[in-house]
Amino acid sequence: MIKRSRIPLNSALVIGGILTALLIITALVSLVWTPEVPTRVRIAMRLKAPGEVGILGTDHFGRDVASLLMVGAWNSLAIAWPAVLLGAAIGTAIGCAAAAWKGIADEVAMRVSDVVFAFPAVLSAIMIGALVGSGPLAAILAIAVFNIPVFARVTRGVALQVWTLDYIAAARAIGKHPLRITWEDVMPNIAGALIVQVTIQLALAILTEAGLSYLGLGVRPPNPSWGRMLSDAQTYLSQAPHLAIAPGIAIALSVLGLNLLGDGLRDALDPTLKGRGAAA
Amino acid sequence: MTKRLLTAALLLTVSVIPAFAAKTSLVVGMPIEPPGLDPTIAAPVAIREVTWVNLYEGLVRIDRAGKIQPLLAKSWEVTPDGLTYTFHLQEGVKFHDGSAFDSADVKFAFDRARDPKSTNAQKQIFAPITSIETPDPATVVIKLKETSGNFLYYLGWGDAVIVAPESAANNAANPVGTGPFKFKSWTRGDRVDLVRNPDYWQKDKTKLESVTFRFISDAQAQVAALKAGDVDAFPNLGAPELFAEFQKDSRFKAVAGNTEGEIVAGMNNAKKPFDDVRVRRALMHAVDRKALIEGAYSGFGQPIGSFFSPNNPAFVDMTGVVPYDPEKAKALLKEAGFGNGLSISIKSPQMAYASRSAELLSAMLSEVGVDLKIIPTEFPAKWIEEVFKAKDYDMTIVAHTEPLDIDIFARDNYYFNYKNDTFKALVADAAKTTDEKARYAKYAEAQKILAEDVPALFLFQLPKLGVWNAKVQGLWENSPIPSNDVTDVSWTE
Repeated sequence: MIKRSRIPLNSALVIGGILTALLIITALVSLVWTPEVPTRVRIAMRLKAPGEVGILGTDHFGRDVASLLMVGAWNSLAIAWPAVLLGAAIGTAIGCAAAAWKGIADEVAMRVSDVVFAFPAVLSAIMIGALVGSGPLAAILAIAVFNIPVFARVTRGVALQVWTLDYIAAARAIGKHPLRITWEDVMPNIAGALIVQVTIQLALAILTEAGLSYLGLGVRPPNPSWGRMLSDAQTYLSQAPHLAIAPGIAIALSVLGLNLLGDGLRDALDPTLKGRGAAA
Repeated sequence: MTKRLLTAALLLTVSVIPAFAAKTSLVVGMPIEPPGLDPTIAAPVAIREVTWVNLYEGLVRIDRAGKIQPLLAKSWEVTPDGLTYTFHLQEGVKFHDGSAFDSADVKFAFDRARDPKSTNAQKQIFAPITSIETPDPATVVIKLKETSGNFLYYLGWGDAVIVAPESAANNAANPVGTGPFKFKSWTRGDRVDLVRNPDYWQKDKTKLESVTFRFISDAQAQVAALKAGDVDAFPNLGAPELFAEFQKDSRFKAVAGNTEGEIVAGMNNAKKPFDDVRVRRALMHAVDRKALIEGAYSGFGQPIGSFFSPNNPAFVDMTGVVPYDPEKAKALLKEAGFGNGLSISIKSPQMAYASRSAELLSAMLSEVGVDLKIIPTEFPAKWIEEVFKAKDYDMTIVAHTEPLDIDIFARDNYYFNYKNDTFKALVADAAKTTDEKARYAKYAEAQKILAEDVPALFLFQLPKLGVWNAKVQGLWENSPIPSNDVTDVSWTE
């Protein structure tokens, strides 16, 4: 797992929050406005440096890099969000069930998770692509599949702790159904951990989407994607390095932002840390 | 200082060694791996690029200038009516497995290729043949039912190489020919190794002891392999944008030549809306070929308006017939009932020229209200299955690299699904015409029909961007026929 940062709690939260907000705002703005039509080809203006044409220059087709990046941000989130939410929903359900019933159900759920976890997202994307046709849907499903065991394990871990608490024992003693206990008593206690996990998984999902698009398994051309922008930029590296640097920085900042946000949230939401702070 | 001296001393010793013996091995890079190694049963160009004249030989061959030269046939006569060809064969020629080559092998090879069950990709070569006689082991007499203006030329192709009855069935995996190199091994996904054939009938023809063909699809990796010296030559560099830096580097020779490859965006002419010539013309009017070449191939490559190589003497420039004119395109689409837009798709293989052209086409067509969806596919396996065989596509894009292949638009059941009886008759007539001038005139007419009828979007002629070690000599600068002929290659020094 990601190591807790040494920087003070609020700065991780603040920096992460700002970077993530920037990402989301950029993505949302791209829906209504971009400096240029991102798919517009202008051969006469190809491979222009940043500042010469547009603030981030143009690519090998003369398309505006800044506009491509903005729409790429939206496409990145449009795949990462549903994928992580889908994975989180299924994974959390499995984890809760495993913690509530334990025994064989727990054993089976965790061993299956191990197997699914062993599959890299790229491999699942190729297999799912073969079934539903490669494209955004395959990418979403592949990233979701890869997220299920992650959430199943995290949920099971924290939920098991909650199940040992006295008030749960009391709820069981009065005959409350495990489903109701899970929903009413366990979920509120594990929500913080899940939110932290969602943030971190979003960062991973953005990275995975870029990787899949880089390999041609994600967003389809001409719809812009950070991963494909990187892949297209490769052969132009000596002529137009900005083509690789721009999406590279965009990916790095988004992933950094979400990771910092996750770390900051974890620290802010962690009850043990809070307790320690109060005692000191 | 001592370090520098040591390095200098080391460099000296190293550089002395090759002075005694020039290198005798060659590593040639190719972007696509062949699916098999028998050019007589399948179409992919990669098969020919490994095997043609290196491993297998035909009765005649095409040389680097595109001319016909004798090979396994040392001479031939044609009767004045143009219907009987008598070939006199080289004697003492042996296949790589030790069996002798004679007229029976020629008969076997051609009968195998023209058999109804044969999967030979160029069966039209053999179509005019009525009989093949073998009066003696060194003579073959071929009778034709009609004259064939290109018969000898076609016999120089990879599809007409001579294979032996003992080995032909296994040639795809274990090729046996009569060429100066024989098959050593094939590491799938990586390389094919050939070694010198010590019993080759033209003694001392080749200077190389071994040739390796390495398959590297990624352009960046191609450049890295060349620069690291892992590959000595890349006769078809995958990335035109990387070619310029080799032009400036004295360690390499970088030659921009011509191929016979026309890059066309084929349309499924039997399928709506491509069955309407107005739609096909509208799409052609929407394409700015010059901009496309600039964006897709860094400006290398000549625009084409029909399906004929500019290298061919019968070529006529047809780019003006349906020129770039977006307004005309919109008008034609409106006339055809697609004034409110049209949504179609293009299956685009992974080659950079194809995927980039597809993206540019999508942008250009969107300007006239056509939404062109790009569906990535994999060449050759997936493309052959989906597009070429199943014809499950709207549009696609590939380079057709066979020379003089205008007749593919005349073939029944070819993947374009194009049917034009006038064109078909004209091409058949041209092929039969032995008088050069008359034949060229008929080919010009055929080019015009295609340019007007637009069964495919004619885009540009694929250039051959070759890069090789400056010390390598004898590689082809142009490719009048798809090949990597290494039989004349040697290292200087």
